[in-house]
Amino acid sequence: MTLFDTTILSKSGLTPDSRLAAATSSRANIFNMSQAAEQAVLRPEDCGAFGHDLRAALAARVAHHAGEHALADHYATAAGDKAALADPGAYDAGLGHVLTFVDKIANQTRDVAAEDISGLQAAGVSDADVVRLCELVAFLAYQVRVIAGLRLMQGTAG
Amino acid sequence: MSRVIHKFTRNVPGWQPRVTPVKLDEATPEQLAALQVTPSNTKVSDYVLTLAHDVESLAVRSPLFNAIMYDPGGMSRAERELGALAASMVNRCIYCAAVHADRHAQLEKDTTVTDELFAKGENADLTARDRAIFDFARKSAEAPPAAGPADMDALRNAGLSDEEILDLILSAALFGWANRLMHVLGDPVRKGNGA
Repeated sequence: MTLFDTTILSKSGLTPDSRLAAATSSRANIFNMSQAAEQAVLRPEDCGAFGHDLRAALAARVAHHAGEHALADHYATAAGDKAALADPGAYDAGLGHVLTFVDKIANQTRDVAAEDISGLQAAGVSDADVVRLCELVAFLAYQVRVIAGLRLMQGTAG
Repeated sequence: MSRVIHKFTRNVPGWQPRVTPVKLDEATPEQLAALQVTPSNTKVSDYVLTLAHDVESLAVRSPLFNAIMYDPGGMSRAERELGALAASMVNRCIYCAAVHADRHAQLEKDTTVTDELFAKGENADLTARDRAIFDFARKSAEAPPAAGPADMDALRNAGLSDEEILDLILSAALFGWANRLMHVLGDPVRKGNGA
């Protein structure tokens, strides 16, 4: 994968011909490590309770919430039969506690409290899976903001 | 619970996990490698031991974090700290805000900016350059991200280069990530007896 094929640069519309190509190339290590981080949270070897398809659906859901619909579509293609959960309005009785938690840490971060964690634990989510879920949503929060920022820099926001 | 801190401060608090961290003597070889534990370095914080539950993420996040905050060139380290602080204030990550306000004050050898920000929030009296940096990072941290063309114009009008703006985008966004770990997975607590 070349630098301009990384998810962040491709979804922000940057190409090797862009005015910002030199500036972004000077931080190539950061964009390449960001891509490795995407691999680690979307497609880890050790998934815990959350398979690659569910992770892809949750990533798409967070991206939609943030208004990054092209990024959401990129993830939704890997969501398999979990794809319906990419819709921010979708609910699944068996995964309600996971969806509620994902939506809250993505969108009402400041309001997250100890009860949100103990609630997940009470629903049978292991501590390792709580951390995995946080890393997935937290990475997406980073990725959508870098993409939005780069698009603003290029003057193509909105 | 009375030890939990709810107000912004530059005094770096303790951090009490809400989940059980990985126990160092039970860590896998992969976890030990990501924790960078060696015979001469066996001190690992509860925060990093908590993140070791997802060792694949931890292993890639640590070098990425260091590159965004410390690699040479582009934006000054103090201004990257200001971006980190703005995001941490939006997300009310008391611990992150303390660490990065303290670093900003140390790098600048001046507490004026962080005193102003903790006293007055977004109404703080800042230089035009700090104002543009703080506002861009603060709006970027909102959910959904709310920075717009006027905020980008303000950065350029304040004299920031493309390289500096890119570093600001990265450092503010990085704290969208860090805040969602530190503020979600634990509580900032008063240090001292019983800590």
